Amino acid sequence: MGHRITTRTRASSIAGIIAVALIAVGLILPAFASRSLIQDLFFILTMLTLAQLWNLIAGFGGMVSVGQQAFVGIGAYAMFAGVILWGWDPVPAILLGGVAAFLLAIPMAFFAFRLAGAYFAIGTWVIAEVTRLVVAQWKTLGGGTGTSLPREATADIIGVETIARLFGLRDAAARDVLAYWLALALAVATLATIYALLRSRTGLALAAVRDNDNAARSVGVDAARVKWLVFLAAATMTGLVGALIYVQTARISPDAAFSVTNWTAYVIFIAVIGGIGRLEGPILGVLVFWGLQTAFADYGSWYLLALGLLAIATMLFAPRGLWGLIHDRTGIALFPVQRRLIGAKDG
Amino acid sequence: MIWLDVLVQGILLGGLYALFAAGLSLVFGIMRLVNLAHGDLIVFAAFLILVVVQTFGFNPFLSALIAAPAMFAFGWALQRFVLNRVLGKDILPPLLVTFGLSVALQNGMLEVFSADSQRLAAGPLESASIDLGPVTVGTMPLLTFASAVLVIFALNRIFYTTALGRAFRAVSDDPTTASLMGINPKSVFAIATGLAMVIVTIAALYLGMRSNFDPSIGPARLLYAFQAVIIGGLGSLWGTLAGGAIIGVAQTVGAQLNPEWQILAGHIAFLVVLLLRPRGLFPRAVD
Amino acid sequence: MSHLLSTHGLTAQYGQFKALFGVDLHIDPGECVAIIGANGAGKSTLMRSITGVLKSAPEMILHNGTPIGALPADQILQRGLAMVPEGRRLFPSLSVEENLLIGGQIRKGSGRWSLDEIYALFPILKERRHSPGTALSGGQQQMVAIGRALMSNPELLLCDEISLGLAPVVIRDIYAALPTIRATGAAVIIVEQDIARALIVADRIYCMMEGRVTLTAPAKDVSREAIHAAYFGAAA
Repeated sequence: MGHRITTRTRASSIAGIIAVALIAVGLILPAFASRSLIQDLFFILTMLTLAQLWNLIAGFGGMVSVGQQAFVGIGAYAMFAGVILWGWDPVPAILLGGVAAFLLAIPMAFFAFRLAGAYFAIGTWVIAEVTRLVVAQWKTLGGGTGTSLPREATADIIGVETIARLFGLRDAAARDVLAYWLALALAVATLATIYALLRSRTGLALAAVRDNDNAARSVGVDAARVKWLVFLAAATMTGLVGALIYVQTARISPDAAFSVTNWTAYVIFIAVIGGIGRLEGPILGVLVFWGLQTAFADYGSWYLLALGLLAIATMLFAPRGLWGLIHDRTGIALFPVQRRLIGAKDG
Repeated sequence: MIWLDVLVQGILLGGLYALFAAGLSLVFGIMRLVNLAHGDLIVFAAFLILVVVQTFGFNPFLSALIAAPAMFAFGWALQRFVLNRVLGKDILPPLLVTFGLSVALQNGMLEVFSADSQRLAAGPLESASIDLGPVTVGTMPLLTFASAVLVIFALNRIFYTTALGRAFRAVSDDPTTASLMGINPKSVFAIATGLAMVIVTIAALYLGMRSNFDPSIGPARLLYAFQAVIIGGLGSLWGTLAGGAIIGVAQTVGAQLNPEWQILAGHIAFLVVLLLRPRGLFPRAVD
Repeated sequence: MSHLLSTHGLTAQYGQFKALFGVDLHIDPGECVAIIGANGAGKSTLMRSITGVLKSAPEMILHNGTPIGALPADQILQRGLAMVPEGRRLFPSLSVEENLLIGGQIRKGSGRWSLDEIYALFPILKERRHSPGTALSGGQQQMVAIGRALMSNPELLLCDEISLGLAPVVIRDIYAALPTIRATGAAVIIVEQDIARALIVADRIYCMMEGRVTLTAPAKDVSREAIHAAYFGAAA
């Protein structure tokens, strides 16, 4: 009797079909949905993508970064630079955000990887602060107070006019639709890339590195290379998301674009509450987070205080998050990355 | 002469950063725990001292003396009931718990004390200065630096001449074998964090007397503390003082060139040291 | 009447892997018992279970009739059970003298052992008392580890593989201390791969194989064949 190794489960096959259906619905949604729903979905999708990327490096790679705001911020500023300094259209300028984040990630990784264990986290935070302080010196982009995208640039973003005509929308709403589609594309691409990565040999190597650096090295995994690869890839994607968010916001300042709370604390809470080290975690986490945000954001600091305590409680009592609890009860895995040996009864 | 003055001010400022760093270094040395809420705990202690000042009308020094046991108890309980439960081989849970604590503390203080800047009034001491020939130094910065030296000296004495210090080192080396000696590592961790919070209170006293503080400034203090620890070399308390001085001098020199560069200059000095001496200036032989 | 220490159907496992399958043994005050067996027989796991490094069900281990199976290691020591762990495990940050002192830091017990008595037993340690524990030779480190355990004046001393990796002449020096230790009235459990040595020093032996006790007998009248069968299995 032959046997093979698979990661597929029945739930994952069903999930695959549902995912395709969801993407299709997501694409045609702007035809029916209100502008505020589109804006909410934009928020959910971008936060989901950021959380998946943090989850990739911290949850799967063991590199606990508290400096993700550096990539969001530099990505957004690079997009602004493309538009304001070089007259690019904002949408292609998003790519500049990815490039800038990639370039920033190289020195960040170089410095942070030198720090032992948990000090890595503060190292990434320092680099993010340095980046914020340097960008705040960039007077042509508004220095410490920030700036807005010029009206001419936002007025004729490619595709907006077509969307406006297609759905009979005003320009501002059409811009939201475009941003939403881009966010959907980024979210799907990120999820698919991470899923493929985790199922590849590199994913195995990453798991080995996360569990034990030395052991991984002794079985021939080049731990440093795998870490660099994953860190740079996640940073680049984070930069793209940052640029996209600020295409939609159209107004930037160093404090907002490099905010620890918005781009790292929220992102970490989403991953922690949903479940670290699982692709399903951030998906569930972002929905819970969005619900909390909608219901309680008006309470300001009380809300953030509660969110912090909720994260602590989750780590204490359900360290693998809500999805971990569901998985333990039901065994469901929508995005299985564990390898299982099947058809090996005689083994 | 201006540069000599800048240099001296910078070194004295380093005393404050060494005070920020000593507690962080103590906890990391004993249990490899990086407390991301360390800066917010310093601010929290400053508010606690302020509350004592306002309630009883004591001066800040006496108030800190009253706040210190409360902070010890807080640190002990935090370790005993929260952090001990997440310490283990995986570094992720304690990092995330302390990060959650950082966000919770900041926002809790914001609600209770508002975003207004506060200060611990130290009376004539604030403006007093001592003439040291070529330079004149403020009494307060000098007192801060002297306190940092004293704290580090006391910590070294505890570490190397007391039974508690012996237990600290044994648990840091090998918690399992330490437990075979009848030592409960988790109790030792709780005492260590309590002690770290006493140092945090001393740091908070000088933070609050020398400058304004508000609930949002914690993370920046964490970064200075961390940089002092790394520059000094993990596990070296005197190195931490040197690390603090380097950050301090870089900041005063930066500020002298352009006031906007003060903070940035400190960070850049840290990165330069990390580039040239990744293990810090005074690394421990073993580790 | 209860024993000083006894185990009853003691089991232990590391994750999925079972290491002990119902071990029964006992030791009385002042006795010296040797546990022999090949590598992987479960001897060290047994020591780790008794000393609380590995948790068991409470009733599986009794100390003077009291269940102690679930107690953590620090409380086991406080009841008067001290271990010389396999591989010596000295604290590298502590000097020789500090390593000794920490052994008696929590439980001083009542008995003869003090720093001076340990130095009288192993004079070389006094000369090296300010060196880092790990700077010593293997045999000297073993003396520190034994002295460290004695500093708590235990009723029961557990020695895990104290001759492992040491030269025969060094082993002889270390075992020469055993009569002095026993003269204080302490019971001793030694885990030993050297069968001949075990038979000389012990009152009784237990032989273990694959997580089970396969033979228990008084040391003076056990046959070579019986040990051979218990050590390697009946088929061998």
